[in-house]
Amino acid sequence: MSAAAPNRPIQRGRPLLTRAWRVLGHVLVHVFLLSGAVFMLLPFIWMLITAIKPPAEIFTATLSFWPKQFYGWENFKFAMTNAPMLRFALNGVILCSGILIVQLLVAIPCAYALAKMNFPGQRTLFVLILLGLAIPVQVPALPLYIGLASLDLLNTYFAMMLPFFLSAFAIFLLRQFFKGFPDDIIHAARLDGMSEFEIVWRIVTPSAWPAIAAFSVFSIVAHWNDLYWPLIVISDVRLAPPPLGMMFFADAETGSNYGALTAAATILTAPLVIAFLFARRRFIEGITMTGIK
Amino acid sequence: MTAGLAQALQPAVRANRRQRLVERWMAFAFVFPAVLLLTVITLAPLVVLLVLSFTDYELGNTTTEIVGLSNFSKAMADTVFRRSIWNTAVYVAIVLPGAVGFGLLVAILVHGRKKTRSFYEIAYFLPVASTLIAMATVWQFLLHPQLGPINAFLNLIGIGKLTFLSDPALALPSLAVLAMWQLIGFNMVLFLAGLSSIPKDLYEAAEIDGCASGLDRFMTITWPMLGPTTMFVIVTTSITAFKVFDTVALLTRGGPMGTTEVLLYAIYLEAFQYFRTGYAAALTLIFLVFILAFSLIQTLILDRRVHYG
Repeated sequence: MSAAAPNRPIQRGRPLLTRAWRVLGHVLVHVFLLSGAVFMLLPFIWMLITAIKPPAEIFTATLSFWPKQFYGWENFKFAMTNAPMLRFALNGVILCSGILIVQLLVAIPCAYALAKMNFPGQRTLFVLILLGLAIPVQVPALPLYIGLASLDLLNTYFAMMLPFFLSAFAIFLLRQFFKGFPDDIIHAARLDGMSEFEIVWRIVTPSAWPAIAAFSVFSIVAHWNDLYWPLIVISDVRLAPPPLGMMFFADAETGSNYGALTAAATILTAPLVIAFLFARRRFIEGITMTGIK
Repeated sequence: MTAGLAQALQPAVRANRRQRLVERWMAFAFVFPAVLLLTVITLAPLVVLLVLSFTDYELGNTTTEIVGLSNFSKAMADTVFRRSIWNTAVYVAIVLPGAVGFGLLVAILVHGRKKTRSFYEIAYFLPVASTLIAMATVWQFLLHPQLGPINAFLNLIGIGKLTFLSDPALALPSLAVLAMWQLIGFNMVLFLAGLSSIPKDLYEAAEIDGCASGLDRFMTITWPMLGPTTMFVIVTTSITAFKVFDTVALLTRGGPMGTTEVLLYAIYLEAFQYFRTGYAAALTLIFLVFILAFSLIQTLILDRRVHYG
């Protein structure tokens, strides 16, 4: 496309001035963007540096950037031995995968039925799904807590996962996606004697792969980072997911042992950040396709 | 030819009817798990919440009485609860313009970059992909009055020490800045998506019509074309800010002097620390009304985005 072609002559009329303005504009833009980027990255940089500093340097030289003595080994060891950091991360993995698997198993058939089948109560169900979309976990938290407590299910993975087994958003999104799936192919599959069950899982679901991938990223990031619900149902340190584990650790370390705290923060932030750096497009797509966090 | 086709289709029509009956039962089977979960996780709790809000139930109580609307009138008179609503509103009022304004500005500037675009995208989006509670611990250290580098820097340029998280005047704004730190990158990406969907020839046409300066182009094309995206960003940012909890629970616990008591934290304390269940149920319903108002707008916009976006 020759987008710049029409305005070339205008620029040639005043080349020096235009170029000067351009350069100045570029410099200003980069100065602004770079200061913003520093603000964004400062906590990460400071986290990594503090994690390898000895306590003496943390407590005295407050503006020294690079540590004089490498103390990273001790800080990470302290974090690992004083709190089960790997256990927190493992809990995060169990929690996220458990939730995601059930969410997909429940949402895919439901979304397909809403998109491609006819049954009484279809509209009502869709309206209820929209209602569910609007209600955050903090609303049913109290009755769910009472229910789980009376069933003696507090302090279990199940309690941590239960409120998220149904993702109204997954149903909403996949219904939208399935609606665009060609009816002809479904009819042809039916004529071939395929059951609806097979059609859903072997024909329609693979076609929705981009939506499923994006939703998976969204779901994993949301539940890896969720604090509110685990804080309510989990008091056993060994079951804590990353944010709750971080909170337990920070509470226990009241003596502001920031070397160990930042080491812990590094361990618990690393999985998602590394995943983000490797699959940036998918990540951005997944987190922002919803706008709901 | 039409008659022949109709005749050929007749067995298919009959088969279709049978098919429809089978399909109906299959559909019921397909939606059953979702309906069951929806009932257990959302609908039943809503009913229980409504019932509880009319009682004086406290967890572990043996006797419970119906108290009508007195939980709600108590909430309206409760200074802690009123303060928490006020604080939440102030917090949203700080976060919203900052996170949306900077998100838009950064998006517009990043959109024009070619070689450096990926770097800026990563830098601004990194906070979104990180665990807020872990990073809040780092912020606590950055803002520490004695040990933090920010105060060391302020000292260096002669401003002196600021106790960000324990100063009643600074605590809530500090938490708001932390929220902006996490939201700007998120909003930037939403705005970037909006920007790349604006047709390029619109700008060319505007240039021919005499809209030469950047500001002119922004006012005549970018801003109006970004309208739906901006609405969407405003609503989602409001909801996220309205639900502030993590940073309060970790960093200030409502203090100093109640200046960071926010709505969700107040509800959390009543429900799960003081176990005043009936009262907490009433507070949750008030919270729900706010959220539904926000979400109604959001769902309308989301629906439009998915259909026509």
